[in-house]
Amino acid sequence: MKRHTLSVLVENKAGVLSRVTGLFSRRGFNIESLAVGPSEEEVTSRITLVVCGDDREVEQVIKQLNKLIDVIKVSDLSGRERVERELAMIKVAAEPGEARAGVMQIATIFRAHIIDVGPKTVTLQVVGDSEKIDALENLLRPYGVRELHRTGRIAVLRGQKTVRSEK
Amino acid sequence: MTTTGAKVLIEGLLRQGTKTIFGYPGGVVLPIYDVLYDSPLEHILVRHEQAAAHAADGYARASGKVGVCLATSGPGACNLVTGIATAYMDSIPLVALTGQVPTNLLGNDAFQESDIHGITMPVTKHNYLVKRAADLPQVIAEAYYIASTGRPGPVLVDLPKDVSTGEVPDDIVFPETVSLRGYQPTVRGHPRQIEKAVDLMVRAERPLLYAGGGVILSGADQELTALAERLGAPVATTMMGLGGIRGDHPLNLGMLGMHGTAYANYAVTECDLLIAIGARFDDRVTGKIETFAPHAQVIHIDIDPAEIGKNKPVDVPIVGDVKHVLAEILQRLPGNPKTERWLARVNGWRATHPLVVPDDGLLHPQAVVRTLSDLLQGEGVVVSEVGQNQMWAAQHFCFRKPRSWLSSGGLGTMGYGLPAAMGACYARPGEQVFLIAGDGSLQMNIQEFGTIAQHRIPVRVVVLNNQYLGMVRQWQELFFDRRYAYTELPPVDFVGIANAYGIDGVRVNDPAEVRAALEAARDHDGPFVVDVRVEREENVFPMVPAGAAINEMIGGHE
Repeated sequence: MKRHTLSVLVENKAGVLSRVTGLFSRRGFNIESLAVGPSEEEVTSRITLVVCGDDREVEQVIKQLNKLIDVIKVSDLSGRERVERELAMIKVAAEPGEARAGVMQIATIFRAHIIDVGPKTVTLQVVGDSEKIDALENLLRPYGVRELHRTGRIAVLRGQKTVRSEK
Repeated sequence: MTTTGAKVLIEGLLRQGTKTIFGYPGGVVLPIYDVLYDSPLEHILVRHEQAAAHAADGYARASGKVGVCLATSGPGACNLVTGIATAYMDSIPLVALTGQVPTNLLGNDAFQESDIHGITMPVTKHNYLVKRAADLPQVIAEAYYIASTGRPGPVLVDLPKDVSTGEVPDDIVFPETVSLRGYQPTVRGHPRQIEKAVDLMVRAERPLLYAGGGVILSGADQELTALAERLGAPVATTMMGLGGIRGDHPLNLGMLGMHGTAYANYAVTECDLLIAIGARFDDRVTGKIETFAPHAQVIHIDIDPAEIGKNKPVDVPIVGDVKHVLAEILQRLPGNPKTERWLARVNGWRATHPLVVPDDGLLHPQAVVRTLSDLLQGEGVVVSEVGQNQMWAAQHFCFRKPRSWLSSGGLGTMGYGLPAAMGACYARPGEQVFLIAGDGSLQMNIQEFGTIAQHRIPVRVVVLNNQYLGMVRQWQELFFDRRYAYTELPPVDFVGIANAYGIDGVRVNDPAEVRAALEAARDHDGPFVVDVRVEREENVFPMVPAGAAINEMIGGHE
């Protein structure tokens, strides 16, 4: 079992996301992470999926995705030089005083931004790979995590290569 | 000047060459039906929308062209689903048109609204919810293009009422060609892969061709036969591949798999090279996949890359249209002189393990099929329902041409046969169309006797009537201690039912009457029903129990 990050370029049409996620549930594949947004051109969107499976399963996922008419291109980024990022917003209990100082110190270490402060809480925004966000979350747990919001992962190849120019 | 979406739609169908559609009217498709009323497009009124989808499917299988069905929103659209799923599993080109509530009511739980776009997503190759009448020319062109190219399949087009009534300029342009960024099927096989395949073929001592429905869909029957002869390789076909090589060809081993011939299954188990052609290693074919063709290297030719390696690891994958790829292989392949001993061995099994028709004076269903086969001599079209009737037809009918056998393979849809046979009659006017049915499955769409009677559709129905859901009963007999839970059916007078609809028929109780009854059906002017009261507890043999290796068959030989 291995994690694969798939970058899927799709037509920007109604129902495309539903086709992609429907395919996963129907064929019994699990999605660990999902991010959708516009791409560099107006008529397409990019879906980034993180899936877990052995090589044969993932190969089958990619082939099935490619069969969808609205899917233009599927790129498997795993094993390639790339940068992956997620964003999280964490609302943590931090009353003024010792707790708040502790939370802010942790934020500094993780280069997290404080995006909201309330009388009893502080909300941090952090960008990084999954492990970094997991680590931050674990450190904040003892203070009391009130809410955690995490985006799906997105990924880009390093250097001049683009997923568009691949293969 | 303007025209309406409904007119553009029908114009689009006609431009695609469609002459006949199968449908059922309703509220939101009234604007479309109003255009149909004086259109050259022939519309066949079915009695249930499921039958419209199956009829369009039968039309497509028998003709090789796109079949078209039409239903209203809500229940009408939902009733198409089984037919669409049937076509999807067997890769049949179908365009299903459904009415929908007006766009301003979408998502509003309006009367007869169902999200057919969402419902059919997993059972269509692609589908559309049209929002603007001006999009119709493009959508119709794309729907036909997607349905009929690459690995064919059903495409659904959902048409809100205001799209049908919407005004568009009457000089609206219909696209001549379609090009889609995300859809470019590979037709030609990769030359290096083809060379590798030829190399394996030349060296093989025990080659076997395993041919599926892809051979029929791509029209590769001649190439398949030529390859078999060049290689000196026997051919086992899937149920979907029947007719891809003549049934009486000396290299043809008939069907393989769960109810395949013993000699086909033994050949799979002993071959050293398995050449899968337009087939997908379905579980009904392979049995226990780990023991399927255990000594063989595998070449897999298929237009759908997702089928290659899906169930069985492959040594030489070739993505491409079967007809093209086989033609390329034939250009490079010298004869293979090494198969004489192999063929002798295979023919030995053929002699010692033939398909059996009991000869005890009783009325056996297999004998009915053989008599029909003898009568038709491979001409016309044979359609089956699903169950024992289907397996006996597949085993004992000698198919001699592609597109002469229509049957629901992947989905195994009872009720498919009668409406599909109607579709076949429109696809192949003037030819004999026989339905081989069971009494159970015939009753799943028996209301279509109404359609057949109204349009005088010359379907000849042969009911192998055993008053059981026979295939399920067989499993109960073999694996559930003969506990026949809910599989017995009371006797039905099918001739009486046919007569009530104005259709002629005859009942047969005696083996001696079979041939005359089938001849009467063949020679009758119009539809005809032959209700054959067969041995009730006849089983389909040989049989590979679920999960067993395909050479571990039960029954069928001494």
